[in-house]
Amino acid sequence: MTAVAIEGVWKFYGDYPALRDVQLTAEPGSCLALIGRNGAGKTTLLRTVAGFSRPGRGKIKIFGTDPRETATRSKMGFIGHGISVYDELSALENLTLFGQLYSLPDPRKSAMEWLERTGLERVRNGLVREFSRGMRQRLAVARAFLHEPSLLLLDEPFTALDDRAIAVLQRLLREALAAGKTIVMSTHQLREALELASHVALLNRGQVAFHGPRTPEMVSDPGYVYARYGETA
Amino acid sequence: MSFARQVLVVALKDLRAELRTKEAINASFAFALVVLLLFSFAFDPEAETTREISGGLLWIVFAFAGTLVLNRSFARELPNDCLDALVAAPISGAALFLGKAFANFVLVMAMELVSLPVFCIFNNVGTPVSKQLGPILLVMMLGTWGLTVIGTIFSALTVNIRLREVMLPMLTYPILVPALMGAMLITKGLVLGHPLSGDLVTWLKMLMGFDLIYTAVSLVLVETVLVG
Repeated sequence: MTAVAIEGVWKFYGDYPALRDVQLTAEPGSCLALIGRNGAGKTTLLRTVAGFSRPGRGKIKIFGTDPRETATRSKMGFIGHGISVYDELSALENLTLFGQLYSLPDPRKSAMEWLERTGLERVRNGLVREFSRGMRQRLAVARAFLHEPSLLLLDEPFTALDDRAIAVLQRLLREALAAGKTIVMSTHQLREALELASHVALLNRGQVAFHGPRTPEMVSDPGYVYARYGETA
Repeated sequence: MSFARQVLVVALKDLRAELRTKEAINASFAFALVVLLLFSFAFDPEAETTREISGGLLWIVFAFAGTLVLNRSFARELPNDCLDALVAAPISGAALFLGKAFANFVLVMAMELVSLPVFCIFNNVGTPVSKQLGPILLVMMLGTWGLTVIGTIFSALTVNIRLREVMLPMLTYPILVPALMGAMLITKGLVLGHPLSGDLVTWLKMLMGFDLIYTAVSLVLVETVLVG
């Protein structure tokens, strides 16, 4: 079964079509890098796939089901532009909260494990508002991975990360891919993304300008996709 | 996780966050106390007319001070895009709404329970209120639930609007008019020493009906409000 199936999706902001007849698929175990200039529609597409808003036209299926179904949401992990953790709660309280919301058998134990994996176990009781930017980003990564989702939706995950957070995230993404999980990520950091990606989709003004497997040329020259397909749509 | 547990987790999260920052509850307490103090200077506490309008005065304070709590309900989720994480979590919109509504109810009731004795002292109605404390608390709970339900759903609706602090009262007060009318008239009757019977019971039933209808409507609409 296809992990992500996007069929003829349109999304309007007022009269403006942010997404225009987008057709994309991602197979289980694949990593789709969604690239495009600012305003191309990457974030809108990811948010629509995540079920934060409904498409104006077209259909989105996650493992064959609607993204808003409760069972589907428990299979998805999302990292957006914000870190989506509470400043007023401690790192442990944040992860325990999300562990409870995702019905994990032992939310506190899972929270402790992920704090350790992201190098935050020493500051587990510190309030997030006192954390550095890098620590906050690592906590956001822990939140997204906490419930071991089958599909990871990552919106510019490498942006504003420090070296340590990039290393943590890359390691976790490789482990996720090795475990057969699916990743869809939008990014401007082409080098990091193309090293992980099995497929690439280029969005241009809300339309898919290119979608296909990642090729060796793309890795050796990250600007290759833009040069080859970027201005044609 | 059961629906009730989901509601509890969301409610406890909101209460914990509010108790850490105290940003809504402090503003609400301060506003309520200042308005009660000003009313005590504006109206003669010995006059019979003061007793007659006391229900109205009290509910004006509760409604305006309560809005300060309700304004923060979904706005609290905006920093760091926390609302995304809640909407993405596998819990129903109804559980999210009820959790937030319960947390708001606790916070608004806390403000009201502190304000009530102050109101009694300033308006010289301590004796009648203490004699009718049970029915008055019942009316406070029903009126506050109505205020909370309407405020919470509109807090969700206005969360992404730039002028949400202005929009929330503009949207909630007109809808709250029947509930506030009922609560004011029952409170006035009880403060004047009337038993909870006759017309007061009719208003009480109206208040219950209001709460039930708007709770049900909010539960049905919340998913659309959050996701579109």
